[in-house]
Amino acid sequence: MIKSYLLLAWKVLLRRKFFTFISLFGISFTLVVLMLATSLLDHVFAGYPPETKHASTVNIAYAMLKGEHSRRNGFAGFALLDKYARGLPNVEMMTVVSMPSGAYSYLNGQRIKSFMKRTDGNFWRILDFQFIEGGPFSETDVKDHRMVAVINQSTRQRFFGGQPARGKSLEVDGQRFTVVGVVPDVPILRLVPFGDIWVPHTTAKSDSYTKDLVGDFMGVLLLKDPSKIALTRDEFWSRLKTVPMPDPMFTSIESTPETLFDTIGRMFIGDGTGVGTGYGDKLKLALAIAAALFMLLPAVNLINLNTSRILERASEIGVRKAFGASSWTLVGQFIVENLVLTLVGAAVGFVLAGWLLGLLNGSGLIEYADLRLNYRIFFWGALLAVGFGLLSGVYPAWRMSRLHPVQALKGTAR
Amino acid sequence: MIQLTGIEKVYRTDRIETVALTGINMTVGEGELISIMGPSGCGKSTLLNLIGLLDAPSSGEIALGGETVGTYGDRALAKLRNREIGFVFQTFHLIPDLTVRDNVEIPLLYRRESGAARRKAAEAALERVGLSSRMHHFPGQLSGGQQQRVAIARAIVGRPRVLLADEPTGNLDSQMGDEVMALLKDLQRHDRTTVVMVTHDPRQAEQTERIVRLFDGRMVA
Repeated sequence: MIKSYLLLAWKVLLRRKFFTFISLFGISFTLVVLMLATSLLDHVFAGYPPETKHASTVNIAYAMLKGEHSRRNGFAGFALLDKYARGLPNVEMMTVVSMPSGAYSYLNGQRIKSFMKRTDGNFWRILDFQFIEGGPFSETDVKDHRMVAVINQSTRQRFFGGQPARGKSLEVDGQRFTVVGVVPDVPILRLVPFGDIWVPHTTAKSDSYTKDLVGDFMGVLLLKDPSKIALTRDEFWSRLKTVPMPDPMFTSIESTPETLFDTIGRMFIGDGTGVGTGYGDKLKLALAIAAALFMLLPAVNLINLNTSRILERASEIGVRKAFGASSWTLVGQFIVENLVLTLVGAAVGFVLAGWLLGLLNGSGLIEYADLRLNYRIFFWGALLAVGFGLLSGVYPAWRMSRLHPVQALKGTAR
Repeated sequence: MIQLTGIEKVYRTDRIETVALTGINMTVGEGELISIMGPSGCGKSTLLNLIGLLDAPSSGEIALGGETVGTYGDRALAKLRNREIGFVFQTFHLIPDLTVRDNVEIPLLYRRESGAARRKAAEAALERVGLSSRMHHFPGQLSGGQQQRVAIARAIVGRPRVLLADEPTGNLDSQMGDEVMALLKDLQRHDRTTVVMVTHDPRQAEQTERIVRLFDGRMVA
């Protein structure tokens, strides 16, 4: 029976090519957008190398100084992390890393901009960079203020023409560093590992950053047991109550260890505080609702299109009912037909999405972009397509199955 | 085989009530070939639809093969139609996207028979109506008479006990009409199929064993 339904579904698709094209366009366009969005989210949040310990890490990225009439918020300051986040319970290791900032070099009369980060030795232990050349700088290098740098592959290409760079000298923002290691490029959307050049934070020209509670750093904590994050969080919050305020206009500081997804969630749908949890879940819900609404419009259009074709198929429905098809059998048949249509649309959408991602990767719009469709994206895309097919097929199928056989045989659809 | 008792069919809209059939009492014996005649709008097709369980009477009782069907739901009626009744329509109602053989197989789809069994039965039915050589053609490639023979093959493929034909020769010329009538008579004679036929053509009605005449929704002598 299924084979017969599939055969008929294929023939129905070929019967009215224009309607089929319109339907497929709507489905594939919707799925392309959703797959691109899913690919972007996967790109940002999934645990790709070097973030192999992604499931066990949380970040302290956000901090807010609050007063009765004043507020200062931003990324965490070095002092907040160094003095109040070290040695927290359930934390195996912590690194402090700055946000990427533009740093300029001059080479052969040309100005070159790189994204530089300042960090410590633990950065290279928490993140699993596969070094192409050399290795990382160590905690000793950091303590000794050594002017060493790890660069990425593109920086090696820009400065050294792709030749081995280890041991060579690199000038950035007026400072000279010796290259100790080269790592592969990491896309800019991967906030924690992204960078062109990494140097010890102790090589900063000024040590004023060491006093900031709100600044431009992030703490990355490798947890021993991610399920016990509440332990870590509660202790950190407790320590925050002891932080002396840098200015009388502030009375407290808020910050929290959380996943990057939670941080992004807080930015978009937070309550304006540095505390509270569960923003990641709320963001997931918001994204799911957005995806559902985005699918709703083409689904409604497809419902209208399918329903309007009832009259065209009324005679066939009447014949099938006359020869023993029950209403449920016909619902099943029409849903199979709609699923075939949406799966064909999904396949077209998948191919288009792959092509567009390739274009995006090559366009340079996203630095070092490596967007791709993997099995996870494909799974979610297929699931969306099936959901789409059911959503847009159930009502027309139900309407078609309810046709009175006598009316249907007369070619009227009531 | 078929028993109708006190059948009435009334169509009601917001403004009008139309009595399509009233006071119908009728019995059709097993293996009988009967025709239903009457002027346009007298309720012939309505009566045929009721016998075929495609519609329900407003009042009265219908029994098919001894089973009273008044309390049957959609699923049970569909099953009964599939098992016991074959339909032949004036306008053939073949599905244009399916081959001749696929069209003939339709009743067997709803019996959950295997693909091989369906194909075999469909080919046998097409052989019976003399269209084996056209099984891979599409309906659009056949003449009217051939299409009606395919429709008959579809109607008999499941070996129903009752065949209902609503003006089966209405869209055919006289020669093709005679061929179709010959087929129906052959089915009645050899398979003991009960055939109930609606027709306008007195020549064809006279070839049946009994004529039921309707006028304004009532049976007349």
